[in-house]
Amino acid sequence: MRHVKLELSLLTTFSLLLSLSLTIAADDAHAESLIWGIQAEQAEYRYTSGERLAAWDFDALIGNDELKFVWRSEAEFNTRHDNFETLENQFRIQVPVSDFFDAVAGVRLDTPDGPDRIHGVLGLHGLAEQWFEVDADIFFSEDPSARFEIEYEALVTNRLILTPSFEVNVPFTDDDKSEVGAWAPSIELGARLSYDLIDRAVSPYVGVHYERSFGETARIAERNGNRQDELYIVIGTKFMY
Amino acid sequence: MAHLRSSRVAFFSSCLFIASTIGAMAGEYNLTVDSLTLDTGEFSRSSIGYNGSTEPTTLRFKEGEEVTINVTNNLPVSTSVHWHGLILPFKQDGVPGISFDGIEPGQTFTYRFPIVQSGTYWFHSHSGFQEPDGAYGAIIIEPKRREPFRYDREYVVQLTDAHPHSGDRIMRNLKMMPDYYNRQQRTFFDFLDDVKTDGFGAALTDRRDWGEMRMMPTDVEDLQGFTPLINSKGPAQNWTGLFKPGERVRLRFINSSAMTYFDVRIPGLKMTVVQADGNNVQPVPVDEFRIAVAETYDVIVQPTEDKAFTIFAESMARTAYARGTLATRQGMDAAVPELRSPPLLTMADMGMSHAGMDHASMNHDMPERSEMDHATMGHVNTPEERAPATHTMPDGTVMPGAKHGGVDHASMNHSMPEQNEMDHTAHQTMAQPTDPFYAPGSGLSPSAANGGRFLSYADLKAQKPLYTDREATREIELRLTGNMERYSWSINGVKYDDSDPIRLQYGERVRFKFVNETMMTHPMHLHGMWSILDNGNGAWDPVKHVISVAPGTTVYSETEVDAPGEWAFHCHLSYHAESGMFRKIVVEGGPSEQSATTTEGMEG
Repeated sequence: MRHVKLELSLLTTFSLLLSLSLTIAADDAHAESLIWGIQAEQAEYRYTSGERLAAWDFDALIGNDELKFVWRSEAEFNTRHDNFETLENQFRIQVPVSDFFDAVAGVRLDTPDGPDRIHGVLGLHGLAEQWFEVDADIFFSEDPSARFEIEYEALVTNRLILTPSFEVNVPFTDDDKSEVGAWAPSIELGARLSYDLIDRAVSPYVGVHYERSFGETARIAERNGNRQDELYIVIGTKFMY
Repeated sequence: MAHLRSSRVAFFSSCLFIASTIGAMAGEYNLTVDSLTLDTGEFSRSSIGYNGSTEPTTLRFKEGEEVTINVTNNLPVSTSVHWHGLILPFKQDGVPGISFDGIEPGQTFTYRFPIVQSGTYWFHSHSGFQEPDGAYGAIIIEPKRREPFRYDREYVVQLTDAHPHSGDRIMRNLKMMPDYYNRQQRTFFDFLDDVKTDGFGAALTDRRDWGEMRMMPTDVEDLQGFTPLINSKGPAQNWTGLFKPGERVRLRFINSSAMTYFDVRIPGLKMTVVQADGNNVQPVPVDEFRIAVAETYDVIVQPTEDKAFTIFAESMARTAYARGTLATRQGMDAAVPELRSPPLLTMADMGMSHAGMDHASMNHDMPERSEMDHATMGHVNTPEERAPATHTMPDGTVMPGAKHGGVDHASMNHSMPEQNEMDHTAHQTMAQPTDPFYAPGSGLSPSAANGGRFLSYADLKAQKPLYTDREATREIELRLTGNMERYSWSINGVKYDDSDPIRLQYGERVRFKFVNETMMTHPMHLHGMWSILDNGNGAWDPVKHVISVAPGTTVYSETEVDAPGEWAFHCHLSYHAESGMFRKIVVEGGPSEQSATTTEGMEG
């Protein structure tokens, strides 16, 4: 029952936002070309002792300079247990607020195996000085949290690119179902070495991905028989079209 | 040669009309717009062309002729033909949404207009990205009177930057990821090289400065990965023009690229520039010249030996080259030079090297305030050829010497308190000519591969002034603006979609002040009326249809507003124009039968 409702709201939100962006884009008499595309920073397998996860992280977007509608999806699928450890879909509207930053508003729907969650999203997305790509989001719900992501592309050559990334999640309340404790952060650290095989459309990579939780969140993980940190070897490809 | 028949028609009909002594000559021409496949020798792709050929069609008109051109659209989408550089009634100008509604699939649209000029021009679609996709051709207009130079043979040399991606795809990629096509970015190894040459501190500071701006010193060509073509032939396909030793060969260079400036040379031959943008200029012998997007230059070469010469056109960022050959027999070729190393933008190109220096508050410590002698300042080192001198102010403003000496200078002060911060390269190295149309210290400032003479805008002097020189009635400032990270381009910070038309009055002489606030070079093209480039030559300022504005500079052009109606005015880089660096010009008043019928000025 809950699932159906969630999916319904997901669909409604999606179509509403989509039609909104399309209307705005089509409104222009001169019709600057519509911007659309998909950009997957991660589409990979994560390997650790005895475990294999399929993971993705992509943005699909449509809109114009003034307004973009973004579908952001992140997931971790455990191939051994056949379940989604993480499945998160965000439907975001992006509006420029400065030369290099967009304000973001939207919804986030978590539908992993386990408790479903729906959050409101407010955030900033953009390019900080020295070419750091930054996302800062606050998620509003009964169990609010905040997330900060930062990524950098270091050019070894013009095609061989090392991408270090850092993400921190901070829950504001205790939430046993989601296995987090108030103010106890969890972090993800990554380093991926990619090669632009076809333009920038297909860029396979190898790398490492490290996750760790702290404080109460770490203790909850241990109580549930999970480790408080995990190091993965990753293999995958960036994708853009 | 599809155009031959039509030019023959033109020839016969003009003979008839001349014979009957009364009335204008008239010629009828047919153009079909077709979906084709282009093979560049490096890749094949679907493209657009005229009269069933990927080879650019050349239309030959005669000055004084009344032309009728039937354009049949065989594409599945709407098209248009814009006659680039031609002076004509605005409804014949071929810009959808401004001059007319475009030509629907299967339709034939008939253009009719008198030919009131002569020289080398070109035509192209003004719809979507059809021009980058191949929809361009050449126009040669034979003058009524004898030309002030002689030649035995002539060739059109039409350059373009054919890309494996369609224009739509390119636009989308640039919007998604502005550096999508930039494969010349600074890498870790470049950093190590910089450390070696400049020291760790300097290398790091340099990286930090660019990183602070979130801009790239390598951002010279937004679009790389193209194959430059000469008359639709790739470098390996080697377009060849034949000559007999001793002949004077006129080469009509046309840059029909979507995005690419070329530095053109013919090793072993001096080129004499006789025409720029269709208008005769006082001959300038050069070793090399830079052709902005949409410009034309006519040069005359005189190879005396029985051998081949390579026409070598390097893209400004040195990512690729066009190559053709002048030979005495088919199949001959000459050595093809290596690409030179790519330029890097400097802080001068960002308009940053003199940040904080305000033009207006500058204070010249000149002995004679009203009479600035640029020649003695040594900004330009070949005064006999470039006088009256033009030089670029530290803030990048190009100051024409003759015309405006004593006007603006009085309020300026050259004795800067921060003398050591000023870029005095131009003063100190008087042996090396610096082009005043680049910011002092610019990374884009060109130099000839053989150390010889590189054509500067300052060298261009009209052979015969088209208009009486007079003071402009007003100045309009156009700041060329943009955001590279968003790949959005604009004028005065406003994109075309959000802009009001620029309103000009028929009969006025407007002075356009182009202030380039971006790090890209913008070839600004005004439709329907001439742009008189203010390069300090006064009454002999050259008459052009494209004004290229280098980063960090300010350039002036003047326009006699003598064409009623509505016109386009835009950066001719296709993806800049499409993303907003575009304006509609409305000329109010003038002969009523031609004037603009729409009254969009009533929105207030």
